[in-house]
Amino acid sequence: MSIVENFDLYAPRLIDKEEYFSAGHRACQGCGEALAIRLMCKALGKDTVVVNATGCMEVISTMYPTTAWNLPWIHVAFPNAAAVAAGVEAGLKVMRRKGRIPDRDVKTVAIGGDGGTFDIGFQALSGTMERGHDVLYVCFDNEAYMNTGIQRSGATPFGASTTTAPAGVASSGKGQWKKNITEIMVAHNVPYVATACHSYPIDFMNKVKKARSIKGPSFIHCLSVCPTGWRVPSAHAIKMGRLAVETGIFPLYEVEEGKYRMTYRPERIRPVEDYIKGQGRFRHLSPDELTAIQKRITLEYNKLLDKVDNLHSWGELQD
Amino acid sequence: MKKKKKWPEDWQDLNPGCMVFEPGSAREYHTGSWRAERPIFDESKCIRCGVCYIFCPEGCISQNKNGYFEADLDYCKGCGICAHECWPRAIKMIEEG
Amino acid sequence: MSKRIGMEIALAAAEAVALCKPDVVAAYPITPNTHVPEHLSDIVAEGRLDAEFICVESEHSALSACCGASGAGARSFTATSSQGLAYMSEIIPIASSMRLPVVMIVGNRALSGPINIWNDQSDIMYQRDSGWISMFAANGQETIDMAIQAFKIAEHRDVMLPVNVNLDGFQLTHVVEPMEMPDQKEVDSFLPPFKPIATLHPDKIVSMGTLGLPEIFNETAKSKDEILKDSRRVILEVWKEWEEKFGRKYEPIEACEARGSDVLLMTLGSMGETAEVAVEEARKDGISVGLLKLKLWRPFPFEELRKAVKGCKVLAVLDRAVSYGGPGGPVFSEVRSAFYDMQERPVVINEIIGLGGRDVPVSDFRKIIEKSVQAIKTKPEEEYEIFGVRGS
Repeated sequence: MSIVENFDLYAPRLIDKEEYFSAGHRACQGCGEALAIRLMCKALGKDTVVVNATGCMEVISTMYPTTAWNLPWIHVAFPNAAAVAAGVEAGLKVMRRKGRIPDRDVKTVAIGGDGGTFDIGFQALSGTMERGHDVLYVCFDNEAYMNTGIQRSGATPFGASTTTAPAGVASSGKGQWKKNITEIMVAHNVPYVATACHSYPIDFMNKVKKARSIKGPSFIHCLSVCPTGWRVPSAHAIKMGRLAVETGIFPLYEVEEGKYRMTYRPERIRPVEDYIKGQGRFRHLSPDELTAIQKRITLEYNKLLDKVDNLHSWGELQD
Repeated sequence: MKKKKKWPEDWQDLNPGCMVFEPGSAREYHTGSWRAERPIFDESKCIRCGVCYIFCPEGCISQNKNGYFEADLDYCKGCGICAHECWPRAIKMIEEG
Repeated sequence: MSKRIGMEIALAAAEAVALCKPDVVAAYPITPNTHVPEHLSDIVAEGRLDAEFICVESEHSALSACCGASGAGARSFTATSSQGLAYMSEIIPIASSMRLPVVMIVGNRALSGPINIWNDQSDIMYQRDSGWISMFAANGQETIDMAIQAFKIAEHRDVMLPVNVNLDGFQLTHVVEPMEMPDQKEVDSFLPPFKPIATLHPDKIVSMGTLGLPEIFNETAKSKDEILKDSRRVILEVWKEWEEKFGRKYEPIEACEARGSDVLLMTLGSMGETAEVAVEEARKDGISVGLLKLKLWRPFPFEELRKAVKGCKVLAVLDRAVSYGGPGGPVFSEVRSAFYDMQERPVVINEIIGLGGRDVPVSDFRKIIEKSVQAIKTKPEEEYEIFGVRGS
């Protein structure tokens, strides 16, 4: 397998050369989230409005009087990206209907970090998905509140040391498992839900394109490596994403009208240790804890494979 | 031409609602000054696949007229992703200075 | 031609909003304003209004959706009360600082706790410093008129600020009154289409809601303050135009029998109607008393206030909210501040009345008038009191 998935080795040269998320943004060195946004924008193209939750990406991209965005962009607050997006979508829809803007499809895309999606923005997200707005929501999950200084979120994995769930003599970091946001979104019965990672850029961009083309709500959960918060060298950002996928910790799949499909299936699942040992946030974990994590990851992965093998699409179920 | 001010000086200079009407204007700020290491591209090893281009979080790597890739050092923060991901090992990080 | 109607005020408010043709309405149910969005959804369902009605999952999302829609260039409306307004409060100052001219009707209700669904004005006072234009209707007619005026003021190029129109919960929202309802043609000729500063559309790219560093933050604050203060000019213009068109006069402070009166009461919202009855009675009894009805709360009409109290000896400010641990009621606080530099100023007393739906009959206003008359000779010891509170 080549280094860029098993796609065409020269695939990167075929993607849109336009940079909709321009250089000069203030993200940390090796920021996986900034990379993921750059790729997402390329897949979306120019007929897009971006609604940003408060977080790293908002702060690093739009220090007045400048902006890194080459797309129409709005930020209102932390918990409401999905609700603002619902308003933007409704506004564009009604104005198009009334002939006040050109009659062409402009997609509203909401983006937020894990805090703005799993935790504080969860209610607004659920509402927007339930109401069926034509909105794509992309969660860039770097597994903690990185913007405020690496605090634990509902997306932080078990055992990770954060500034509010630190490892110490009486603690092994976060004591709870990561919330399964993807499954919660699937349970909203929206037409398209997928996981993705910037380390598999073509896979991610294909999913963004697919979600963009679907009328109605869609959700992409994009694992985004944060070298600063994960305590890994910035050069390892891509490698860490790849290891998350290859160890089965973050499987790449999509759920289209209820039908599960693995979009990348490693031939051999690597032990979770390969992923965990390179990261400072897991440095304190004992062999027993590692075994517990391995057990849980294997269970979750098998649960997913079971769904891939046994669940049918809505269309198939109608008959 | 009047030199553009870094900050709007008076309150009357602010755009309504602090809107920004110049897309991509963050390019005025050069993040290259953050860099501790810089990437060196060895064209003799480069196969022009573009893996460095696709993985650059700054989007500051592009193809030159000969088809080889290079980083715009005005923006390159020196993260080293390109060097780490370049599998023909055509990119090396060297210390600034 | 305007039509004479008899209707519940909340429904009439919805009819008036519909005449303004909002593109997007986003609202969440809460007592006592619920009838406003309910009736708007009826109007949309009947096909009388072409709008997107978003049944959001919270008030926080209601105002958020309105911000998004307004940013996209759509005329946006929401309505709420009390806890709902409090739940929006994160977004309220953002809407004004982003210059998004959302219009909101607030059916004023006491803020919990204890939880209470009845009227006072603590909900909106909690949002006092949020940079919105804020006005108070005293009756159904003013509600209709202000709802329509609000869009024109909010969307004026020199303003571009959100506006809240306040009507007392139950006392106004649920009361049937006779009103003049303008017709569509009249409203169309009064209210031009919404022309936003910028729209979220790829044909002209904009970034909205950017980060303000300390280097510019003082300037953003100054700009918000100046623009809100300057909106007074536009409000007066719009009210003048309204008067010319519809014959109903609006002023930041409406004075009734105020000139030459020794005592003045000052009210906000529907209590002005009851106070007026009490003042008329008292005047028949030979008491020199008049009434000031405050309609414009933000920007606060300092100049008009100073002019209105000329020659008066005692001004009794009636508040329907308490600034706990502070100077008394929020209106009182503003009024005293307005008088500080005046050489000749009245004694100002503060009565906080009608909290959480407590009834304030005409007789209570008469008592307040009596107390004010006494204050001409001896200033009361306490600067403010919660009127009619039990326990000494």
